[in-house]
Parts: sequence; structure tokens; C-alpha cells
Amino acid sequence: MAAVQVERLARRYGEREALSDVSLSLEPGRTLVVFGPNGAGKSTLLRVLATLLRPHEGSVRVFGRSLPREAWAVRGRVGLLGHEPLLYRELTARENLRFHARLHNVGEARVEELLEAVAMTERAAEPLRTLSRGMVQRVAVARAVLHGPELLLLDEPRANLDPAAVELVEPLIGASSGLTRVIASHDPAGGLAEADLVLGLRAGRPALLSPATEIGAAEIAGLYR
Amino acid sequence: MRRTVGALLRKELLVELRTLESVPGMTLFALTTFVVFHFALNRNSIDGDLAAGILWVTLLFAAILGVNRLFVADADQGGFDGFLLAPVDRSAMLVAKALTLLAYLIAFELVAVPAFALLLLGPPLGQALPGLLAVLLLGDLGVAAIGTLVAALTVRTRARDLLGPLLALPLLVPIVLGAARASSPLLSLGRPGALPARWLVTLGLYDLLFGLIAYALFDFLLED
Amino acid sequence: MYGKGLRALSIATIAVMAIGLGLVFFYAPLDAEQGFLQKIFYVHVPLAIVALCGFVVGAVMAIQHLRTRDSRWDLRSYVAIHMSLIFAVGALITGSIWAKGSWGHWWVWNEPTLVSFLIVFLLYATYQPLRFAIEDPERQARYASVFAITAGAFVPMNFVAVRLSTAYLHPRVLGNTSNLPPRMALTFVTCLLGIALLYATLCMYELTAKHTRAQLRALRRLTDVPAAGGGRLQTQPRRSRSAAPTLSSTTTMSARTAGRPGA
Repeated sequence: MAAVQVERLARRYGEREALSDVSLSLEPGRTLVVFGPNGAGKSTLLRVLATLLRPHEGSVRVFGRSLPREAWAVRGRVGLLGHEPLLYRELTARENLRFHARLHNVGEARVEELLEAVAMTERAAEPLRTLSRGMVQRVAVARAVLHGPELLLLDEPRANLDPAAVELVEPLIGASSGLTRVIASHDPAGGLAEADLVLGLRAGRPALLSPATEIGAAEIAGLYR
Repeated sequence: MRRTVGALLRKELLVELRTLESVPGMTLFALTTFVVFHFALNRNSIDGDLAAGILWVTLLFAAILGVNRLFVADADQGGFDGFLLAPVDRSAMLVAKALTLLAYLIAFELVAVPAFALLLLGPPLGQALPGLLAVLLLGDLGVAAIGTLVAALTVRTRARDLLGPLLALPLLVPIVLGAARASSPLLSLGRPGALPARWLVTLGLYDLLFGLIAYALFDFLLED
Repeated sequence: MYGKGLRALSIATIAVMAIGLGLVFFYAPLDAEQGFLQKIFYVHVPLAIVALCGFVVGAVMAIQHLRTRDSRWDLRSYVAIHMSLIFAVGALITGSIWAKGSWGHWWVWNEPTLVSFLIVFLLYATYQPLRFAIEDPERQARYASVFAITAGAFVPMNFVAVRLSTAYLHPRVLGNTSNLPPRMALTFVTCLLGIALLYATLCMYELTAKHTRAQLRALRRLTDVPAAGGGRLQTQPRRSRSAAPTLSSTTTMSARTAGRPGA
């Protein structure tokens, strides 16, 4: 059973079509990388898969569950790392993660585990607004994987992360995590390297969809012209 | 559900304690308003209808300040998404926010009501206190329910600080009406009158009705 | 879909209103106490009743919108509410005139119906600003529906609360229509029917106009040339923000029975 099955998905914003006629199928453990210029619909697609937006047309199935009807069954199994860290600036890293842990019914030990994994234990008791963007992003990664999701939805995950941090989070959200992943990316070469499946969006419509082995960085770069 | 509400409440109160955005502002506003009223009315002491009216209008406007800020942190810092991604009952947010607003109201009234008795009220409050507390509680419940619903409606709009009060005040008129009429005999010169039961019943029914409506409609405001 | 019975409806409205007017001036007896001024009651009370019913109807349609997510219900709700708002203003003005004539003041607080109306008016006056303040059309419609339902529930509660609080001095002509002498009752019912028909006709006109405009837009979009990159060119300038709901193109298209031209 495919982890993610999308057929002719459409999502409108007023009269504009943010997504239109998008279809794809992603096997468990595989990585889909979505390319496209700004405003092409990458973030919208991620948010639909995260159950935050309902599809206007077409069908979306995550782990066999149909959205939006069975969204409640999907929610705990998906982790989203978007543009916003989804954290409260006035609270500390530890307080933020504990809050999310309680929402997802996850124990406090896991919070400490993850703080350790992203090397934030030392500064876990300081309000987030005093931390640099890179550190906040690390805590955001921790938040995204806190509840042990099976599907990761990553919107340009390496933005704001220095190379050391990128290495740190690799086991959590990278290919070695073994999780099914959908990544929105702006980096044709780097994105292609970690993809199993590639989707190119332009103005909400699929411009290309192919296994990563059958496509080259040049074609992807063509999307942006 | 209870666990979720608990988690949300803890977060709310933590943020408020850190930022002190709502309660001190509401309290200070109420105190200043009492002083303004003294000068505007040119009276040293008030009682009866006038006292009830001034007390409730001031409490109401101070409450609006709290209502305006209720969802701002969540809207600005992506808190809705974080909550929406969790496998929890979404009405928990309504309950938690309403309880938070109720807590703010009780907290600031702990200072504002004695200040009112000190600064403006003529007759002593002693005997009337239990009755007044009952009215305050019923009024606060209504303000919490309606305030939370209106705050959720207006937080993600332009001019939210303006639309919030404009929407909330007409909806709160019956509460001010009931609460003021109920408090008025309690604040009268001479022996305080009896607590008019029918106003308490009206307040209670109104609170219940709008609590249920808010509960039914809240989910629709959260999704995108 | 709309616009079919419009002519019949308009004619019926004009006819009934004309009859009603005739009855008011020539048939209904002169009130003993208030004289000629009392005749404004035949306009004021129907306006008030129709406005209130309109608000409640708007709330019911909002419930339908939230249940079905069909933007056509939102359009109906919007039209019902803003037409009712106009009628409510009419009720307030005629009520004020009546008050001035009967009791010498342009406004009286002792009149619970008038006071309740003022509060309801103040609440619904925020409906359009609220809509205007939300840009995403789907969210605008959803939030507006939540508001419409809340406000619709508020209307009866508000009337009860205000009535409890004031000693009424409104002449209780409406309270028991059985007290109305038969000639007044007939006139009143006719006027009520006339105003109700007027409301329905105006609403239908507006719905038809909006629906037609939406169909026109959908047709225009069909004739857009797809650009080389796969996007669609906009032949129309981008619509400015508005408080009025727009029907999405798919609901408009499904309402048409004709197939896609050139397919």
C-alpha cells in the first residue's frame, strides 16, 4: 500500500488554483522531492498532506486513510516542518517541546532525548526569542519528529541550518531516518540526490513527475525559467 | 480531552506569566477608568443603578482588552498549526481559551472590585459580597464564552483590534444588562436588597446558550 | 437557475403593495388615540418582522453552508442578511418617526422592541466589515457563516432580555392581533405580505445578478488562452477585495446544463 496516494488533487484560493490536477504515488520509506518556483504550490501540497488544508477536488490518501474524512487517523503519524517553527517565542525550548509532547501524549523522556539529539540541551532553558534562527530551527526539527511520525513533510528543511546542524539533524529527518518523506526544495542538484521520486510544479500544475533516476538536474532547473 | 485542555492551559498561563500582557493591562485600565469616572461624574460616592452600571461597563471594557489579546500569540507565532497537527479534539482549544479568559477576568477583578468599593462606592460592600460574587461569576462566564468566540473570529482579520470590540459589545449587552440589574439592589444605600433571581436565571441561560453555540461553531474557525 | 420567476414575483409584489397601500389609506379605520400617525404602524411593524425573519433565515442558510461547504448557500446567507439590514434601518427610521409623533421624542428607551432593534442593527452592521477584513474567500465565507449563526441565535435572546428590563409603553397592537379590529387586521396582514414579497423579490434580484456575473466570469475563464508555461493568462484585471461572496467557478459550471463549448 502506498504511503501517499494523490489523484487529481485541486485546491483553490478564491478563484486562483493553488493546486490543480496533481497526482502521485509514494511508497513507504521513499522520498519525494517537489521542485518549483515560488508560488508554485509546494507549500500548499505539503499542508494538504499534513491535513491542515482540505482538498477541494480529487482524492488524497495517506497510509490508506482518505483526507479530509479520516484526517483524525492521520494526524499523529505525520510530522510537518514548515517555514514557521510553530513554537512560542516566549517559552523555552524545553517548555515548547514539553507542550507538544503533552498534546501528542508523548513522555518527557523523549523531550530530553531529542534536545540531546539536536545539541540544544545546554540552552534548553532559555526563551526562544533569545536564540539564533539556526537554533530555533533545530528545536523546530525536534518538534516535528517528537511524536515519532511515519511521514515527514519538510519545507526547505535546511534553510537556516549551518553544515554542522545539517549533519546533526540528518538521522532525524534525513534519508537515514528510513521514514517516508516529502520535501519541498529549491536546490536542483542537492534535492535530486536524495530523491526517489521527483515532482515539478508550476503555477499549481504538475510540470514533471518522474523517478529520480530518469531525470537530470538540467530539466529541473528548466522549471524555474 | 481533559489532558489536552490541561496542556493548553499550562501553556497559556506560562506565556502570560512570562509576558504579563493581559492581566496587568486590564487591571490598570479598570483602575484608571474609575478615576476618570470620578472626575467625569463629579461625584465622590455612587450607589444603586449608577454604581452597578459604572462597575459593569468598566469591567466590560477592561475585559475587551483581554479578549483582543487572547489569540494573538497563537496567530502570530503559528500556534494554530502546531495544535491542528495534534491528534486531539479541537474543541479543547475553545475550552482552554475560555478558561484562560475566565482566569484573567477573575484575577483582575480581585483588584478592580475592591478598588471600586474603595474609590467610588458609597454603601459598604460587606453584606452584599456573596451576592455580588455570584453575579460576577455568572457575568464572567458569559464574557469568557462570547469573548473567546469573538476573539477567534477576529484574530486573523485586518483591523482585528477594532472588529473585536465592535462584534463583542452588542453580543455582551444582555450580560451587562442582566449583571447590572442584578447588582443594583446589592449596591444600594441602606440595607442591600435581595438578589433578583430572574436576572440570575437570564444570565445563566444566556451563558449556557452561547457556550453551546461557541462549542458547536469553534471548529469551523480553526481550519484553513 | 435564478431569474426564472422574477417577473411574476415582481408583479405580485407591486400588486400586493398597491392593494396594501390602498387599504391603509382608504379602508383601515383611524385610530382613536393617535390619529393619522398610527398608520405608520402598517409599515414599521412589517419591516421589523421581515427584517428579523430575514436575519434568522440568513442564519439557517449559514448552517447549510457550513454543512455542505457549498458557496451558493453562503451567497444566499449574505444576501438575506444585508437585505435584512436595510429593512432594519427602515424599521428603525419609521419607528423613530412614530415615536416622535406619539410621544414627542425621536428616541425612547422605554420601547423594548425599538431598543432591541438598535442592538441587533449594531451587531449586523459589523457583518460586512468582518467579511471585508478577510481576504481568503473560503475563510471569509466560513467565518461569515459562524457570525451569521451566532447573531441569528442572539436576536431572540436579545429581545427577551431587553423586554424583561423595560416597562413597555409600546402600544400593544401586535401582541394580540385578535385585539385588532378586523379592518385593521386585514390591512396589517396585507401590508406584511407586501413587505415580505418585496424582501423576497429584492433578494432574488440580487442573487440573480451575482449568479449571472459569476457565470460570466466562468465563461471568460474558459476562453482564456493557456500560456506556454502551462499557466493561464488573466484576461480580466484582478478583482479588488470585496465583502461580497463570489461563487467558485466549479459550482457555477455545474449549475449550467450546457456542456463545455468546443469540447
